[in-house]
Amino acid sequence: MAIKVNKFKCGYCGACVGVCPTGALELVETWIEVDENCTSCGICARICPMGAIEVSR
Amino acid sequence: MKDQYDVVVIGAGPGGSIAAKTAAKKGLSVLMIEKRQEIGDPVRCAEGVSKVWLRKHIEPDHRWICADVKGSRIFSPDGTMIEMAEEISGGEVGYVLERKLFDRALAYESAKAGADVVVKTRATGLITENGFVRGVKLMHLGEEKEVRSKLVIGADGIESKVGRWAGIDTSLKPADIETCAQFLMSGTGIDQDYCYFYLGNEMAPSGYIWVFPKGEGLANVGIGILGSKSGKKHAIDYLKEFVEQKFPDADILEIDVGAVPVSGSIERTIANGLMLVGDAARQSDPITGGGIINAMEAGRIAGEVAFEAISRNDMSTAMLETYEKRWRQTLGMEIDNSLIVKDVFIGFTDKEINSLAHSLENVNFSSMSLIDLLYALFRANKKLLWDLRVLFKNVVKHETGL
Repeated sequence: MAIKVNKFKCGYCGACVGVCPTGALELVETWIEVDENCTSCGICARICPMGAIEVSR
Repeated sequence: MKDQYDVVVIGAGPGGSIAAKTAAKKGLSVLMIEKRQEIGDPVRCAEGVSKVWLRKHIEPDHRWICADVKGSRIFSPDGTMIEMAEEISGGEVGYVLERKLFDRALAYESAKAGADVVVKTRATGLITENGFVRGVKLMHLGEEKEVRSKLVIGADGIESKVGRWAGIDTSLKPADIETCAQFLMSGTGIDQDYCYFYLGNEMAPSGYIWVFPKGEGLANVGIGILGSKSGKKHAIDYLKEFVEQKFPDADILEIDVGAVPVSGSIERTIANGLMLVGDAARQSDPITGGGIINAMEAGRIAGEVAFEAISRNDMSTAMLETYEKRWRQTLGMEIDNSLIVKDVFIGFTDKEINSLAHSLENVNFSSMSLIDLLYALFRANKKLLWDLRVLFKNVVKHETGL
């Protein structure tokens, strides 16, 4: 997994899912899951309203 | 939950509920699924809605109306205030809702119309045969299940996957969303008769801050900034700065976050056996960010078209094109016009916003029509008229049918 979602900061709003170009993210009820399609592009981390996502390249 | 329905609706927000209710009322068998365990929660909305448009879908009920506003007060970066009466403030002021109860009331309406409503149930994929969507793969309380249907309506919001599964690219670029954070606050001391908007690129880059009354001493204090302007600082950071300065003694009773599509109409909202509605179809208004009414309007059209398609036993895109046409001719027009205004607005400097506000400072908004307002604006700001010329071309094209 190339991104890290801080679940204590996350407001599970799904903004990151909507901007993910590869469809690698999923908002499952109250948490975010990341699959192998993640390219670490960092768009999700940039737009997260809470600043809850970190990218590790 | 049965194994087979005429229509499966994915997502129980306003768009999904109206689609389910409309289809069920026509006599179709309908399943509406919601992945959350509580419909309407967590809130991802500023909760403002137009009274006139709301009434077209549901009778207003005091249980989910928190405030009834008279107008808007808009503040430019230098603090110049423009006050507008409700009638010309546009679609997004009127009532301030309690979405948790409102969404549940709408879902109840669809259940009363005969739809099966199931919560804590998530769509994990589509059943596709010969290029047609024929049902949904579900996860219901940890168990996988398949439900077959003649049509699927995707009302799964900003995080929509349904469109992508059917080959419609609904992914949004950072410049195509407003990323938002909101506090429900007590003790703001605001006049509950107004909705407040604060503009300024330092305060809210290519977006705005809103303060909407929620009854008694409560208010939704929120911010939306353009996704492409987010990064070093996030929506929540800008919001904290604003409330520390503006409402230092107010308490935060709730934190809401979310994102609004401001991309304008996307190319396609149908596939064989599938329609998308609401935020999933990116049907929110690019300038105000309002999406409740558009989702409900689209939901109704989708429910009606579902009935027509099933009656004729034709679920092809050729048939569902009726949905595409009907929403584009109505709310699609508004969305396209708002997109033009948004593209001009996000280019404004604070100085330009101030100058616009000054040109309206002494205008009496309670008695003037929208045309008078535009005239006052354009007389003082010739460049604006030029920037928005496409808008008038569109309006003329629409009015005259050219």
